[in-house]
Amino acid sequence: MSGEKIIKNPEPEARDIKSVKRMKEIMTNYYIEAKTAKDQNKMVAWITSGGPVEPLIAMDVIPVYPENYGAMIGASHMAVQLCEIAEQMGYSRDLCGYARSDIAASATGGGPIPGGLPRPDFLVCCNNICGTVLKWYEVLARYFKVPLFIYDTPFIHTEFSEEAKKYVRQQTLEYTQFLEEQTGKKADYGRLEEVGRLSVQAMRLWQKVLDTCMHKPAPMTAFDAFFHLALIVTLRGKQVVIDYYSELLDELNDRIARGIGMIPNEKYRLLWDNLPVWFKTRWLSNKFASHDAALVASTYTNAWSSTVDLIDENDLAGSLGIASSSIYINVSIDKMLAELGTMIKKYEVDGLVMHSNRSCKPYSLGQYDIQKMVMKEFDIPALIIEADQVDERNFSESQIETRIDAFMETIKSKKR
Amino acid sequence: MKAMEIFYEISRDPYAYARKWKNQTGKKAVGYFCSYTPEELISGTGALPLRIFGTREHITCADSHLQSYCCSLVRGGLEDALTGRLAFLDGTVFPHTCDSIQRLSDIWRLNAGFPFHIDVILPVKLDTESARTYLLDVFHKFRRELEQELGPISDEKLSETIRLYNNIRRLLEEIYLMRSANPAVISGRDVYAVVKSAMVMDRNDLYGALRKTVDALKKESPAADNSKRIVLAGGVCNHPDIYSHLEKAGARVVWDELCTGTRYFEGMADESGDPVAALAQRYADRIVCPAKHCGADKRGRNLVDIVKNHQAQGVIFLILKFCDPHSFDYPYMKEYLDKKNIPSMLLELEEQLPAEGQLATRFESFIEML
Ligand code: SF4
Ligand code: SF4
Repeated sequence: MSGEKIIKNPEPEARDIKSVKRMKEIMTNYYIEAKTAKDQNKMVAWITSGGPVEPLIAMDVIPVYPENYGAMIGASHMAVQLCEIAEQMGYSRDLCGYARSDIAASATGGGPIPGGLPRPDFLVCCNNICGTVLKWYEVLARYFKVPLFIYDTPFIHTEFSEEAKKYVRQQTLEYTQFLEEQTGKKADYGRLEEVGRLSVQAMRLWQKVLDTCMHKPAPMTAFDAFFHLALIVTLRGKQVVIDYYSELLDELNDRIARGIGMIPNEKYRLLWDNLPVWFKTRWLSNKFASHDAALVASTYTNAWSSTVDLIDENDLAGSLGIASSSIYINVSIDKMLAELGTMIKKYEVDGLVMHSNRSCKPYSLGQYDIQKMVMKEFDIPALIIEADQVDERNFSESQIETRIDAFMETIKSKKR
Repeated sequence: MKAMEIFYEISRDPYAYARKWKNQTGKKAVGYFCSYTPEELISGTGALPLRIFGTREHITCADSHLQSYCCSLVRGGLEDALTGRLAFLDGTVFPHTCDSIQRLSDIWRLNAGFPFHIDVILPVKLDTESARTYLLDVFHKFRRELEQELGPISDEKLSETIRLYNNIRRLLEEIYLMRSANPAVISGRDVYAVVKSAMVMDRNDLYGALRKTVDALKKESPAADNSKRIVLAGGVCNHPDIYSHLEKAGARVVWDELCTGTRYFEGMADESGDPVAALAQRYADRIVCPAKHCGADKRGRNLVDIVKNHQAQGVIFLILKFCDPHSFDYPYMKEYLDKKNIPSMLLELEEQLPAEGQLATRFESFIEML
């Protein structure tokens, strides 16, 4: 690191993360490549965010993530319009907003990408995140009339049974066979191991990026991490992710060396639970910043690195299912609590902010219990805000503002 | 009908029945959710399997554990557990169904304090070899866990239980078929009371009571009225009033595809060979519920077939508000019906039915269309 004099708290523009520009380029290129897949004679598969993507990349299939598109739709304030279209199609307003937005975008070519996502040649659905994706991908399979592979990851309540381990291992083989049938190519296991290694490397780097927030002041916040997450979700298994996160890591370390925090006056450190409220990230970020509070970590961004130790790089086929099944949202609330405890200590947070997300039942139901357990076991305040990841109709700004203000008062008086 | 009384008594207050049963027999009672619970394994230990429907009223405790956006079945079940109304249970069983039940299981295990809690983590798909193998493995595991809690189940006892359940299913189906042949033979309310009781009552006594009911029905031959023929589709319906409203509006239910209906008794388990394998096979062959996958449109095609087979004139979807699996299937199932010019309507069920007048108007205007 440079030995230049430490400049604290530069102007907002100076605090912006410079790598962001590069990140936008990478994402644009990725979507251009996906949209022009046919011209390059490549196939496109739609896959869920927690699905085992490495075999796809090893087979040269371009993975496309409707959930990432859902996030883009939310961030660009296009979700309500699309959700309403889905509702006219008969989908209940109580269903996940990603699913509603994406179903409507598929039917109309809507959303921030002109013409929508490229059509899938086939679908891969892994239910390690929810049962919603199973139903959503059935809708897509009927709509696009394409094959659907379901990678079933049994939920872990109290244990990951031997029976379940056997089942997921078997499915990795079936998945490979399915891909061979779809692509007409033989699986190349050497290539798969290589993709697996890149994937693991990217996950470890992503963890390092997140870990920079252990530093006080945190060089970025969870809101920045929400943005940078797109690469580990959509492009893991590719070299470009590693290059980008290395660059980002350097920048963040440089900020640490120079004492630059993302929040000008970081006094309080908070942990975020659940998906972002994509249409309100800036508002929320400013709101917390106005209290000198930095959201230094989130269970959501962590989900793409926390199982990395379960992946055996030399036996990707054997370990992929185990890792996929073990992610944060596929385990019981007591197991979630343990993970929260680790994060609370690691990032030295003063409070927990839980987004009770109407769109996402598996992430949100159980939060009331977790809230009580966190307050009791870790002795920090925990706030629940009722909102939605994309559906702006489920967001009451004044109510949430009042709750955040009151919560911050509790934190402040506790720290005094 | 005299034979009906017992069913009304039980379906009105299943918990009172179960408590009394326990007192009289000295045996155990096990609560469960969802039609994917292999009840035979529970019955095989001598215990009483009892489906939990949950209260629909006066929620006081469950709301501090569950957000507003979860279905009334989950909320009402938890309420009963937390208020002690289920205190007589010796254990509970949670088959993996939907995201809400999945979390309910955690909340339940951590708060409700029953002597045992078993999660039966079923596969989510049933149309592959490995999923079926896993299903069988899971049933074997469930059997081992039950045996630990309730004592051994011999294969002979299990086979005998399977035969009993098959006989019960045949009788339930017979009632349904008689009703389909002449809907005036039994009221919708009666059928509801029978099916609901079937998930609660001592299964040997149930067999006897069903036998009597079928025999009595055989003697009835009411003149067929000109009510419209309706099929009900959806999940759990815990609103017996719906049937009287429908009948008043000029329609009779001739068949259903509800959890509190055909999904309970459809499909027989093989009576020869390995009993656990027979149970797994029954679930693998049965038309899936929307929380399970078996092809992308089997339920839709099946619903059209049901309508044809029972010469129904319309379909009413009964879906609990906040129920993801059913809500996701509704649009395409409706579309399949539309393509065959079969009218349908959707009634989203909340804790309480819509006001009587409102419901009557909705039913009447739908039935007029048929
Ligand atoms: S937001 Fe939740 S319910 Fe929706 S797709 Fe993601 S994990 Fe599933
Ligand atoms: S009604 Fe629907 S949401 Fe409720 S428990 Fe059943 S499947 Fe789940």
